[in-house]
Amino acid sequence: MGDPAMTGASAWETLGRVGYGILALPFLSFLINGLWLGRKSPRASAWTATALMGLNLALAVILAMGYRAMVLGDPQGFPQRTALLWNHTWMDFTLEPGTALAARFGFYLDPISVMMVLVISFISFLVNVYSIGYMQGDKGAGRFFPLLSFFSFTMLGLVVSSNLVQTFFFWELVGAASYLLIGFWYTKPSAVAASKKAFVLTRFADAFFLMGMLVTGIVAGGFDFAHLNGPEAAAALNHTLTAGMFTCNLLTLGTLGIYMGAWGKSAMFPFHVWLPDAMEGPTPVSSLIHSATMVVAGVYLTARLFPLFSAAEHTLRVVEFTGAFTAVFAAAIACTQTDLKRILAFSTLSQLGLMMFALGTGGSAYPASMFHIFTHAFFKCLLFLSAGVVIHAIHSNDVRDAGGLRKSLPRTYWATLIAVLAIAGIFPFSGFFSKEEILHAALANGRYGAFLAGLATSALTAFYMSRYFFLVFHGPRRGSPAHHAHGDGHKPIREGLLMTLPILVLAVPSAFIGWLSKGFFLDHVKPPVPGFAEGASAAGESHGAGLGGTIGGGAEWLPIVATVLALTGVAVSWYWYGLKKNGPGFPGRAAPLWYRVLADKFYIDEAYLFLAKRVGGRLIAAPAAWVERNIVNGAFDLVTGAVRKLAFLQGLFHNGQVQVYIAVALVGLWLLARFGSVGY
Amino acid sequence: MNLTACLALSAALFAIGAYGLVTRRNMIAALMSLELMVNAALINFVAFARFGGPHHGHGDPESGSLFALFAVAVTAAEMALALAIVIAVHRQRRHLDIRELDGLHG
Amino acid sequence: MASSWILTCTWVLPLVSALALMAFPANATSGVKRFSLFANALNLVLIAWLCYLFFRNPPQAVAGSTQPILAFATDVAWFRDWGIRYHVGVDAISMSLMLLAGIVVFCGTLASWNIESRAKEFFVLLQVLAAGVFGSFIAFDLFAFFVFNELTLIPTYLLIGMFGSGRKEFAAMKLNLMLMGGSALILLGILGMYLESGKHTFDIVELSQVRFEQGFQMWAFPAVFLGFGILGNMFPFHIWSPDGHASAPTAISMFLAGVHMKLGSYGCLRIAMYLMPEGARAWMDVFLVLATAGVVWGAIVAVRQKDLKYLNAYSSVSHCGLVFLGLAALNATALRGAVMQMLAHGFITSAVFCLIGMIYARTHTRLIPEMSGLMTRMPFLSVSFIIAGFAALGLPGLAGFAAELNVFLGGFAAGSPLAVVCTALAVLSIIVTAIYVLRATNAILHGPPNAAAAQVTDATWLERVPLLLLLACIILMGLFPGRIAGLVDQALIPILNNLNR
Repeated sequence: MGDPAMTGASAWETLGRVGYGILALPFLSFLINGLWLGRKSPRASAWTATALMGLNLALAVILAMGYRAMVLGDPQGFPQRTALLWNHTWMDFTLEPGTALAARFGFYLDPISVMMVLVISFISFLVNVYSIGYMQGDKGAGRFFPLLSFFSFTMLGLVVSSNLVQTFFFWELVGAASYLLIGFWYTKPSAVAASKKAFVLTRFADAFFLMGMLVTGIVAGGFDFAHLNGPEAAAALNHTLTAGMFTCNLLTLGTLGIYMGAWGKSAMFPFHVWLPDAMEGPTPVSSLIHSATMVVAGVYLTARLFPLFSAAEHTLRVVEFTGAFTAVFAAAIACTQTDLKRILAFSTLSQLGLMMFALGTGGSAYPASMFHIFTHAFFKCLLFLSAGVVIHAIHSNDVRDAGGLRKSLPRTYWATLIAVLAIAGIFPFSGFFSKEEILHAALANGRYGAFLAGLATSALTAFYMSRYFFLVFHGPRRGSPAHHAHGDGHKPIREGLLMTLPILVLAVPSAFIGWLSKGFFLDHVKPPVPGFAEGASAAGESHGAGLGGTIGGGAEWLPIVATVLALTGVAVSWYWYGLKKNGPGFPGRAAPLWYRVLADKFYIDEAYLFLAKRVGGRLIAAPAAWVERNIVNGAFDLVTGAVRKLAFLQGLFHNGQVQVYIAVALVGLWLLARFGSVGY
Repeated sequence: MNLTACLALSAALFAIGAYGLVTRRNMIAALMSLELMVNAALINFVAFARFGGPHHGHGDPESGSLFALFAVAVTAAEMALALAIVIAVHRQRRHLDIRELDGLHG
Repeated sequence: MASSWILTCTWVLPLVSALALMAFPANATSGVKRFSLFANALNLVLIAWLCYLFFRNPPQAVAGSTQPILAFATDVAWFRDWGIRYHVGVDAISMSLMLLAGIVVFCGTLASWNIESRAKEFFVLLQVLAAGVFGSFIAFDLFAFFVFNELTLIPTYLLIGMFGSGRKEFAAMKLNLMLMGGSALILLGILGMYLESGKHTFDIVELSQVRFEQGFQMWAFPAVFLGFGILGNMFPFHIWSPDGHASAPTAISMFLAGVHMKLGSYGCLRIAMYLMPEGARAWMDVFLVLATAGVVWGAIVAVRQKDLKYLNAYSSVSHCGLVFLGLAALNATALRGAVMQMLAHGFITSAVFCLIGMIYARTHTRLIPEMSGLMTRMPFLSVSFIIAGFAALGLPGLAGFAAELNVFLGGFAAGSPLAVVCTALAVLSIIVTAIYVLRATNAILHGPPNAAAAQVTDATWLERVPLLLLLACIILMGLFPGRIAGLVDQALIPILNNLNR
């Protein structure tokens, strides 16, 4: 053994290279497949992309092990558990001498970034494997894998950001990648519309994110997370501006702006409308969007800047409220949907709401929220992948066409069962633990409204997920009318190995990861700020709402209540959907009003359509175009017309007669000679 | 023969030419009038050369005549060009009425 | 880098090639094209080499200096009696704009490959236009600058009037009348400065050391800024540009929007703001409002356009508004953002116009509702269109974002409430940008292919070259803006020092 410092340095160097590799491999896959291999051989491109993602997963594991050994294993050296693998300056902003505002690209290590890198690599790899089977025979397969790699790349870049500008950079790229993937089947008008909707809505939110980011960066004097999350930044931001009758606190304003970005990306109400429509993309994309990329970016950003957010009391309340509301709202809608993927989409919304409001309740919920991101990724990915198998099998997205698939899709059936139990929060599956922690934290922080919303969400989730499960796998096989007409209704359904393997693999963490990793989250995942690391329970102290705090302790009755609620949900849905031998009836037009309002998602899509077409199009853009054409451009015509009219001389003399011109010239000459100072 | 007589002749020629240029409808007639005006100017050149200008007492016969010669040459060239245009116009329009040729009107 | 005539070659070369082209027989279409491509390629290589020399060893500005450090400078008397000099040189701003112009001219030549009738006249005029622009970017004498600037106007008029489409005579006349009007204002200001300075000189470097009287600057600054603003597509004087672009042939649209307009904003920075900084400070609130109005207005109007060229023209109004926003915010970051936005918009808009020309050549329509599903038949052009569209809407990793980020940051940092409000409105306009870009992309590339899309073919290799070149510039500038930003900072030091004096 040489000098320990030396070996430490070289170990860091190696880890730094691993970091480069983690970003480089998916990008390489994007380049190779996108520029060349994808067009040449879609099949080869699929395997290349998968192999590179597999390699990426290996690197992520190495990174996690390195992080565990070198950062977590060295609490004296890294009291906040954060480290920077590397950090490059992308652009310096020389506002005035002395201020060093810079946009940097770095590789930031802390418990949640490492956790996300692992999750993204793992899920991406499995989704790639699954897609080989799923996209087989699709004409666009050569286009699919590079885009999928690009999607993973952008999300990896986002989670390892060391700097807010880097986050925004990848944030937008995630949006662009999802735009391309949602609209993957680009000849389908609904897919095209959905991709545009997703991009424009998230872009709307991102404009505020950009503003919040710039204001925060300028006032706080830096974009680095290490700086923004420190007490100096919050102190610098915390002053109130008064302009006339408006007063605003810069800290609140800046963090609210940034949160707007998360709000849109994580599809919190009322930005949620893009997410269910995003189902238009291929199912593997949906599973990626919902579990590891895109939507969790919002929660992740909120967590990343949590110390700053927690200094802004009002922002936290907004986070809590939007999260709690979306959780219940989306869960209620999910109870009435009939599209397989839409049910899952609303369940994602609801689960994101849980994670979000957990953050909003205060610091002690931070680990719980991250824990839930972690467990949710596995079971949600599983649910989507299995939904893809079902869709492949029945050639329909509608649960009314499914039913009785337990026999024909046994492996999918058991895997889905595990995931449904996990998301419903039944002991001992993974979702139980993370949801428990969130409820505990909300209760411990004294946020009773959010706590009740969480309880309601648990019950509803158990209900609609088991409804989904019973409708798809139990009861009689219904089949779609169109399907029967084609006469291939009884084609044997097969579960391809490439598609079922990832599902089975995912079933393992969906079942066990909860109690396996609970300890890690409780011990190590804490907001990276001095003062929180000690774990002092200080609800309401120091930084606004309490950070740190106790987790896992407190109300012993909570797990029992939650489990009873979840089981009630399952039982009710069993009674309504599972029990009936000839299948449930679906209320159509005759449904009661409240059911129709739920099924039509509170008419929010219609409201958006009205806003976009009527207000945006007819009341703003169309009049503007008219004014531009007729008034702004008309001004030019008016001026030139006036000049033309004024030039009445033209009518008198400029008649094209040479002789008139000559006469005028001669008269002019005479006038000059007579009155001008010509002559001697 | 003195300067005044020459200038009077020149003025008369110029006036006649100007009148013709403005009033004649035939292009060739207008050109002839134009030629009259040019020649009126030439007479001035020669006259001032011979009798001198008001300030210098007497002129410079050589350069005056030289200018006149140059002007004659230039006029000849100009006339050749003008007649070419006249022929071109006649070919195209089958008439030479200036009043009808109002193509300069924008 | 003492006296060097190498820079002069950049405008002499196109001019000489124009003369040489005149000697070609009228029907030697392909020879004319090949020759002008050769000349423009040669010029691009020359400029690229100069850029390489420049960027390898950039002149370092002195911290407190108000004098620009020029590379490849030449300074000789032109009309000694009037103090007119032929003074040329480049700093980082003009050098990078020269590179932009060289690339766009080269790409424009390739994009005009399908011109068959009167090709000789077309390329002669194009070369003269290029000469005028190159000359303007290197001139450091107001008179020389003005002469070169005027040299661009006549070819533009003829090129649109002769080779355009639609209401081309009207558009050419409108464009020229408005630009001439701008020139008149500029001339007024230039002569004013000449007389007012009492130094008997048109030299920009010398005039930058003169502190003009406040009263003079109060009228001369807005005259010059507005004059250049008309050329630079400033709201509400942008109205020449949509009609002009829509009628102009592809290469001219590319050139007008990509390079010619930059001459306007360059003049605003280099002449109006640099020479009359007190006037700039006094008038900037007005121009801040106009710039913001342009950003927002252009974006909103673009949403309703059916013609792709009009769409991109209004998008240009919006993006050029960002240039002016950067200028009007009057701080280092914002000014740098303005310069970078000039470059970014130059690359992006020429790529888009190039693509529109190629799409039009295939579908024979520029109307968005008449196209659908083109991606099925022309993947290369479609992917290029998407990348260029993403760049236009400010996607990170592409040139637009790197520039906009600076403009917005500078705008917020400017401190005055008006600047903050204006910048916030400008930031919000990126939503509208996303709407019109995606609307066009989705409508023409995506969706079920219609009958028109069934017959189109993808780009030929000759067409791919300009697109690849422009897209490469967009991507490179988007990924690595740090270097160019640092160089521009150096060039901005004298201007900022003057503004803060």
